[in-house]
Amino acid sequence: MRTGTVYTETVIHSAPEKFVSEVPYQVAIVSLDEGGRVTARIDGERVAIGDKLVETEGRDGMHVFRKA
Amino acid sequence: MRRVAVAGVGKTPFGAFADKDIRTLAVEAGQKAFHNAKTGPEAMQAFYLGNFAGPQFTGQNHLAPFISTALGMQGIPSTRCEAACASSGAAFFQAWMSIASGVYDVVMVVGVEKMTSQQTARVTEILGGAGDGPGEIRVGATFPSLFAMIARRHMYDFGTLPEHLASVAVKNHENGFLNPDAQLRKIITLEQAVKGRPVADPLNLYDCSLVSDGAAAVILCAEDRVKEFTDKPVKVLGVAQASDYVGLEQKRDITTFDAVRAAAQQAYKMAGLGPRQIEFAELHDCFTIAEIIAMEDLGFVERGRGGFFSFEGNTRRVGSMPINASGGLKSKGHPVGATGVAQVVDVVQQLRGEAGERQLERHSIGLTQNLGGTGATCVVSILGAN
Repeated sequence: MRTGTVYTETVIHSAPEKFVSEVPYQVAIVSLDEGGRVTARIDGERVAIGDKLVETEGRDGMHVFRKA
Repeated sequence: MRRVAVAGVGKTPFGAFADKDIRTLAVEAGQKAFHNAKTGPEAMQAFYLGNFAGPQFTGQNHLAPFISTALGMQGIPSTRCEAACASSGAAFFQAWMSIASGVYDVVMVVGVEKMTSQQTARVTEILGGAGDGPGEIRVGATFPSLFAMIARRHMYDFGTLPEHLASVAVKNHENGFLNPDAQLRKIITLEQAVKGRPVADPLNLYDCSLVSDGAAAVILCAEDRVKEFTDKPVKVLGVAQASDYVGLEQKRDITTFDAVRAAAQQAYKMAGLGPRQIEFAELHDCFTIAEIIAMEDLGFVERGRGGFFSFEGNTRRVGSMPINASGGLKSKGHPVGATGVAQVVDVVQQLRGEAGERQLERHSIGLTQNLGGTGATCVVSILGAN
């Protein structure tokens, strides 16, 4: 699985129709160790800029990461 | 290239109008512009419409002729421009080009959006259509959340504080309070603005612009014909449009918008002016952080200092660089497809000395900056009196 660092993040309280049942949830832009950036859902513990992340199994076509 | 001037302007109030559909709003603004320019539909040679998501919000497509014919214009080319929240900025740019190129002499541009007939979650989803679907929207990102991530990084890189963001909202409400056409005429305090209901951290309700209905219209003409329409001519000194990646993750740096810098550079060059000559501006404060970054990208303030500059009061009406004397998108309202043209209308009113209680002391050169999405489109215009 890919690893990376939090470039920026937010916790979303007001969601589009499809995700209303999931609030609050965290989304981050991840700087990948292999290069490039990806926007991902964060599972588990909340993360902050600079935190190390590891990818976990995606769902519904989403990239999902959690704190390493 | 021919010089272009503003013959007339018109605008509806912004707000939630259950009794006005998209065409009614657009026609109201267009007729006001006809009246303002002492002319009518028969003088128009082309029509450009700025509209972001009329088909999704209202179910109506093919909007340009739907509206131009209702305004009494028959047979002329009628074209809709879509560039997210910069849709009518893009329409304005097309209208300007059609005259500057020598093809037409007199052209109308209208911006309109009808948003309040949908519930908030659906509005959020429709606005999300301006983001990168497979990249960021699929994971549940919303527009507030994209600007929240920009704000978070700006805070991390430059020490921008929540109070700095809040100062933008407080100032824009202070201005909008004096604007009879503004949607939310309410004074707010810094304390209130910092403690608003969270939307996407670090942004709260007071950092976000409004969901609005409204329309705005401008009639442009070749400069050598402007005296036929008005004795208070306003010249388009410079105008430019630029683009960038739609997805935030693809941008080089998310605390600056390359499209804004590029459009500004071209508009300044065309006008033969620099940021120091601009006396006031209407900037795209879709979120408080967007106004802060716009000031930096336009060269009004050093990179990273926009929040401090705002907090110190420099952007108030009495400050050294008044920003959004209209109330901005935050207080005036943000019917997204109308905003770019509405900014031009607001600047024209200031330049003509017709801004009522909001009238600024220095009002001979003003700038508009209209942003689409998270900076994938930007239109900058510089307008001058006389």
